[in-house]
Amino acid sequence: MVTFLNIVIAGLLLGGLYALIAMGLSLQYGVARVANFSHGEFIMLGGMITWTLYTGFGVNPLLCLAVCGPLTFILGFILHRTVFKRLFASSASPAVFESNSVLASFALLFIIQNVASIGWGTQQHGYTYLRITVNLWGAKFGANRLVTLGFAIIIGLAFYLFVTRTRMGKAIRASAQDAATAGLMGVNIDMVLGLCFALGAAMAGMAGVLISMYYPIQVVMGQEYTVIAMIVVVLGGLGSIPGSFIGGFLLGLVGSVVTYLDPGLSLVAYYFIFILLLLVKPTGIMGR
Amino acid sequence: MNAIRFDLKKVWGPVLLLILFLLLAALPRIRPGYTVVLVYTILMYIILTMSWVLFSGPTGYLSLAPAAFFGIGIYTSAVLSMKLPLPLVICIGGLASSCVAFLVGALTLRLKGIYFAIFTFGLVELIKNFVLWYELKFNNTRGRFLIPVENNTIYYVMLAILVVLTITTLLIRRSKYGLALQSIGEDEEAAAHTGVNVTLLKVITFAISAVFIGAAGSIWAIRLTYIDPLIAFDINNSFMPVLMAIFGGTGQLYGPVLGAVVFSYLREVLITKFPYYYMLLIGIILLVAILYLPNGLAGLMEKLRKGALRGQHANP
Repeated sequence: MVTFLNIVIAGLLLGGLYALIAMGLSLQYGVARVANFSHGEFIMLGGMITWTLYTGFGVNPLLCLAVCGPLTFILGFILHRTVFKRLFASSASPAVFESNSVLASFALLFIIQNVASIGWGTQQHGYTYLRITVNLWGAKFGANRLVTLGFAIIIGLAFYLFVTRTRMGKAIRASAQDAATAGLMGVNIDMVLGLCFALGAAMAGMAGVLISMYYPIQVVMGQEYTVIAMIVVVLGGLGSIPGSFIGGFLLGLVGSVVTYLDPGLSLVAYYFIFILLLLVKPTGIMGR
Repeated sequence: MNAIRFDLKKVWGPVLLLILFLLLAALPRIRPGYTVVLVYTILMYIILTMSWVLFSGPTGYLSLAPAAFFGIGIYTSAVLSMKLPLPLVICIGGLASSCVAFLVGALTLRLKGIYFAIFTFGLVELIKNFVLWYELKFNNTRGRFLIPVENNTIYYVMLAILVVLTITTLLIRRSKYGLALQSIGEDEEAAAHTGVNVTLLKVITFAISAVFIGAAGSIWAIRLTYIDPLIAFDINNSFMPVLMAIFGGTGQLYGPVLGAVVFSYLREVLITKFPYYYMLLIGIILLVAILYLPNGLAGLMEKLRKGALRGQHANP
């Protein structure tokens, strides 16, 4: 029973992170139409900045959320303004823009990763924060992991409320359905698309902060998270925010079960689920 | 006048190609040493890029699987190179990749657009993790060593693969299969309605393109002499062919080759001169190319040529 509880809670802890990462990517692809292969690099940036601030200046990692979020948001917004907006204007059709933006995101991946490796080196970094054991009905977990889950859920919910309850959120949803028509209805489309890309980057950055509290981080860590984020996004249904949330927790649970059996196989298992899903229901759990 | 020029063009193409290959074959005698290494590295990238274009060019499916096929070739070579003669190892490497491509293709080529790109991107990560897990668990090793062979041997094998690939590409383009592939890229549904067996054609072409990538991987493994899953399944081997093809421009036949030559040379120079900044520089070059050269180098050249021609007509 305790083993079972262990696996389930570990799965939820992992799933919270996955959900957060995937929601960011879902927003970037679902609204801004950028299949961002450099998504993981923003996660890496968040983790690395947190490591520097905590080990160098003693800044509380939770406070780093308030630093890395805005930083990656601004970076994302600038990138959208300078790169993706231009591409959007020069591409003949949405399909051409989609493949062009994939290529541009490779270029960004190279650039961000190289700049980061100049700054932080290629070795692993890590720090200890809140490594207190908490006993949950017999299952033992580090307090840092529970804090991570809590913040992932808070950020996810705040984001969901923003999209469903605010005026700006309405503009985002309208743009996701039909960007051209939304523009005709008075939505500042450049602003909305830029905002979506930036929000996606910010969520990746904040996820990076949370990841660094528990996992060791290094400059090349991004790729694995990009793959996971893409699997979750497809699992939940492209562009569906609740779908990403559910998909994230589902994949987290699967990952936790497989890690219990053999830690080396977790990514293989994710991929197996991904293949099954694509064969059975390619539109995802919440897809239309 | 026009007819004669057209005929000349028809003859000149193969003749030029033949001269080029003969020159390449003579290269180790003329300039031995580092030049050979540099040129076979460039040849390797040409093979990757041409193989990628063979499938993704006409059909429009963005495949990020080259690194997976390349890595399968590398591992075939690592396992077999001490037991079997080299040509056989390379053939097996190509066939093994092709089999995997066939399976993957049969499973996933019904997926459209971005799904296929995501799937193939993840495939590389999947096989890498699986091989790493397998090696650690059952062989208690992380990497493997290979017995090095002479540089000239590697060079000639690369050249041979390229020659076969070039012939295959030309044959496919000139046959009705090439036309059918093109029609898939333009409108898949219409192609299916005109009687093209869309899925079969895609899967077979995908498998053919993997043969050459796998073969190139098996000979590249011997040049590396030490391999582990992280080296063998480096995702950059998926990105590079795509980027080289786009950089060269897929509108023209020679575009991808031009892109591969220029880009891989640039890459070698940047790696040796700026080992710590080369990815940054490559990223910037790419970004500029995507933003300002939408049709690649070949597109730029065509534009310049047309501009020059127009100039001639304007001033008789």
